[in-house]
Amino acid sequence: MAATDTPAKDPAATTATAPAPRRTSGKGLRWLRRNLVTLAGLATLAYLVLPNVVVMVFSFNKPNGRFNYQWTRFSTDAWTDPCGVADMCGSLGLSLEIAVWATVGATVLGTMIAFALARYRFRARAAVNTLIFLPMAMPEVVMAASLATLFLNMGIQFGFWTILIAHIMFCLSFVVTAVKARVMSMDPRLEQAAQDLYATPVQTFLRVTLPIAAPGIAAGALLSFALSFDDFIITNFNAGSTVTFPMFVWGSAQRGTPVQINVIGTAMFLVAVLCVFAGQLAGNRRKRSKRS
Amino acid sequence: MTATATPAPPDEQTGDEALPIRRTPTRKRLVPYWLLLPGILWLVVFFAAPLVYQASTSLQTGSLEEGFKVTWHFATYWDALAEYWPQFVRSVGYAAIATVLCLLLGYPLAYLIAFKAGRWRNLVMILVIAPFFTSFLIRTLAWKTILADGGPVVGALNALHLLDVTSALGITEGHRVLATPLAVVCGLTYNFLPFMVLPLYTSLERIDPRLHEAAGDLYARPATTFRRVTFPLSMPGVVAGTLLTFIPAAGDYINAELLGSTDQKMIGNVIQSQFLRVLDYPTAAALSFILMAAILAMVTIYIRKSGTEDLV
Repeated sequence: MAATDTPAKDPAATTATAPAPRRTSGKGLRWLRRNLVTLAGLATLAYLVLPNVVVMVFSFNKPNGRFNYQWTRFSTDAWTDPCGVADMCGSLGLSLEIAVWATVGATVLGTMIAFALARYRFRARAAVNTLIFLPMAMPEVVMAASLATLFLNMGIQFGFWTILIAHIMFCLSFVVTAVKARVMSMDPRLEQAAQDLYATPVQTFLRVTLPIAAPGIAAGALLSFALSFDDFIITNFNAGSTVTFPMFVWGSAQRGTPVQINVIGTAMFLVAVLCVFAGQLAGNRRKRSKRS
Repeated sequence: MTATATPAPPDEQTGDEALPIRRTPTRKRLVPYWLLLPGILWLVVFFAAPLVYQASTSLQTGSLEEGFKVTWHFATYWDALAEYWPQFVRSVGYAAIATVLCLLLGYPLAYLIAFKAGRWRNLVMILVIAPFFTSFLIRTLAWKTILADGGPVVGALNALHLLDVTSALGITEGHRVLATPLAVVCGLTYNFLPFMVLPLYTSLERIDPRLHEAAGDLYARPATTFRRVTFPLSMPGVVAGTLLTFIPAAGDYINAELLGSTDQKMIGNVIQSQFLRVLDYPTAAALSFILMAAILAMVTIYIRKSGTEDLV
């Protein structure tokens, strides 16, 4: 941004000749003004990261009593015994299982819809677009309550399957949006070229279309995994007595929060950061190998 | 790729998809519908139909023991509104304040990532996205620690005598932050901030930096450049971000439950307790319908006013 800063500064310097004293006295002030946006951005970043730091620090706490809200003294007990709390790791496993299946379901169904929307003109296209948009524009509590009403009236037992159905439902739209954006921006001539070279439609799809759409599909899948794994509101209404990890955390806010929750939170944060780093490294390498 | 090496007539290959597309126009016309069918069916059965079901539930009367019947009892709506309008007003108010705060806080951060981060961009991006992958309930509970009565935030605000000011304004009560509106709004702002930053960043990143240079060459001061060039071009991001923040914030009940007290209950809390604890399904349905209608109305007006309909 240095290049754009300099021409903008020039007029300021020429017009600022009148209030000369300010220039000498406010060197720090001027620096502050030039970097105000950066500082504000960094402050926001700190606000975003602060709870993660607190979660991390308090995973090494040895609390007095049932709640882990106050620092008492350092201990690595929770890290050496992460599954020492009854039912916690079970709920974690259940959440992971649901997230995996919800991701598979939503990604397959969503990718199909995205291709239909991006590639074909057909009647009811506007209606389909609205149906995709609405779940994202609806407060979760409304979707949660209405789906639970349906299950109740149908006499369907709440549990694993109702959670999975609900999760696929609300992850779908996000996958469609992510994949559609990617497919729309890709050059249709690439596929025509493949066809001209006598590739069958299946070959064209597997060798040309799918590799190009892959980043969009991956983004959609990653997003649905995160959304499903972390969802509380919709799960709370549609789980019955089944307890996922967010529901365990919710319950623990009333009964007592074990330190192990912070251990899991910290581990999730670290795994996420590592995954994103690895993804970016892979992306960079691919870019570099393409360039050479 | 052995098949392409010998340009055999495609008809000889087995399977319908192997047929050349141009010869089967009817099949081609049906392709999008087959692609759509499973996903759309899922959304119709588990998203659209439940909303219709809920509409009928809101017009039912009865009890758990005797069962519920549709009696076109519209009074449920009026009773629900009469009893819970403070929670409605509070939800909209808190969500609106949190959205404005998110915009004010999120814009510099998005700007920083788009134009100033340079080689740090990836790291900053990771720090914005990573919270998505850490359980947000755990992070919200962490705010209990941060805002605790004897904690650093309360201490600092007290030392600056700011808590006296906020108490006078009715944002906090006494010398504490937890269980006050301030804590709930702080939690809402925090939880939905990434939803503001990401669309803002996407639209800022699309802006050609040469436009900034051009504005500078035309003697526009940085502030003028921002007001006349950057901000108008980032409007799609602003609209998307405010919607993505406001809508979930208005329906949220987690922040009000964990960081607030009974005086900060939002409409989500009421729906949750009516549905899961009181088991008064008609009232819960009526409340969610009012919330949905109110949000749809506000969003429609907002999108019209801001003039970016390509969002949908």
